[in-house]
Amino acid sequence: MLSDLKKRKWMLFGVGGMVGILSALLSFAGNPTNMGMCIACFIRDSVGALKMHNAAGTCYIRPEIIGIVLGSFAISLLKKEFAPKGGSSTITRFVIAFFMMFGCLMALGCPFRMVLRMAGGDVNAMLAIIGFVAGIGVGVIFLKKGYSLGRSYRQSKAEGCVLPVIMCILLILAIIDLFYDILATTAFGEGPGGMHAPLLVSLIVGLLIGCIAQRSRMCMAGAFRDLMLFRDGSLLRILLGVLAGALVCNLILQGLVSTEILNDAASRSFFRLGMADQSIAHTNVFWNIVGMFPVGMASVLLGGCPLRQLVLAGEGNTDSVACIGGLALGAAFAHNFLLASSAAGPTDAGKIAVCISIVVIAFIGIANTKKE
Amino acid sequence: MSLQNQKRGRRKMTDVRGLSCPQPVLMMMKVMQSHEDSYEVLSDQIVSVENIKRYAAREGYSADVREENGEFYMTLTKCVG
Repeated sequence: MLSDLKKRKWMLFGVGGMVGILSALLSFAGNPTNMGMCIACFIRDSVGALKMHNAAGTCYIRPEIIGIVLGSFAISLLKKEFAPKGGSSTITRFVIAFFMMFGCLMALGCPFRMVLRMAGGDVNAMLAIIGFVAGIGVGVIFLKKGYSLGRSYRQSKAEGCVLPVIMCILLILAIIDLFYDILATTAFGEGPGGMHAPLLVSLIVGLLIGCIAQRSRMCMAGAFRDLMLFRDGSLLRILLGVLAGALVCNLILQGLVSTEILNDAASRSFFRLGMADQSIAHTNVFWNIVGMFPVGMASVLLGGCPLRQLVLAGEGNTDSVACIGGLALGAAFAHNFLLASSAAGPTDAGKIAVCISIVVIAFIGIANTKKE
Repeated sequence: MSLQNQKRGRRKMTDVRGLSCPQPVLMMMKVMQSHEDSYEVLSDQIVSVENIKRYAAREGYSADVREENGEFYMTLTKCVG
């Protein structure tokens, strides 16, 4: 019995490790360093490619997003876990996700990227996690007080297939764009959107991560939430695995590049401990922490971090589809109104937006907490 | 029907269908504070079944699950010893 338990613990760690290595390799394959995978940034880039905002350098249909949804969709079909359902305060979820995006773009990344940044030696992310965990703590208090968005109900197979079909169409668009530049994304060479792994590599890694995440139920927010609520460290083990996998991979890549065994055209650094000169990051400690606070809170109120929402959406959860819609609209809004931070730091409008996010998400938490 | 029979035949079923994580486990935590010998749970998500199973195991209960039309009927029974 005990050995079984131990085996499971190591397995969870290993599963996380695989995802960490895959994500770090995406950076090597062309994605920005410390941003092999980021659900918030990649939804933002995809929305930009569809011209819902025109922020320079952030316009590219990210095949990773498509891959995660389709990977989860395929494996849940295969394992007979594809179960379309929805109707649990769908619009409220949309609004929470919309405001969550402002926090993500303040701290420059979703919780998953925060872990990858830590694995790249980015001290800003190591501090930002304080805000994230604090936000989760507040979310847990809401849960303990009886917070609930109500039950979801079964829906038709067709309804559950809507997002996967949209993702297939996006994939076709991305492939056509590759050859004919119909979205004019190549005009945006500078910036994170201009840095990307080859389409096929991104797609395959996305599919793999989608499958692994669906099977393991991995969730960056659930990791701390379950620890606080149940003293259950299962999901935390996966998170630590991601951290360790990406860290080892980054260190090896850094070693190979700096000894010139491996030739990196842009001579990028894959691991650099410190706060300054980190890839796509700013050094404003206060706003990094405050930015991740609503993200933690929102992730608990939604039942999962942005990555988990993508996976659930692939399994047919249409409430999670609404979350992705909210994230997408939030991203477009954030860039059109200059709420998103950049390497130069946060904007004043962004600071106000994050404060509003905290208030709105907390209000939604209170409004949906029923005293028993 | 005697009271004892009623107790034996119709245990209270906890319905966690459609609740998102981690509410099903939270609900069971509350219900299981009564420390009865067995509990019945109805769920429509394999994830909540797994989570409740894990929680129940730590509390010293074994779980028996059967699936019917995409719904899971769980019986948690207190392990002896």
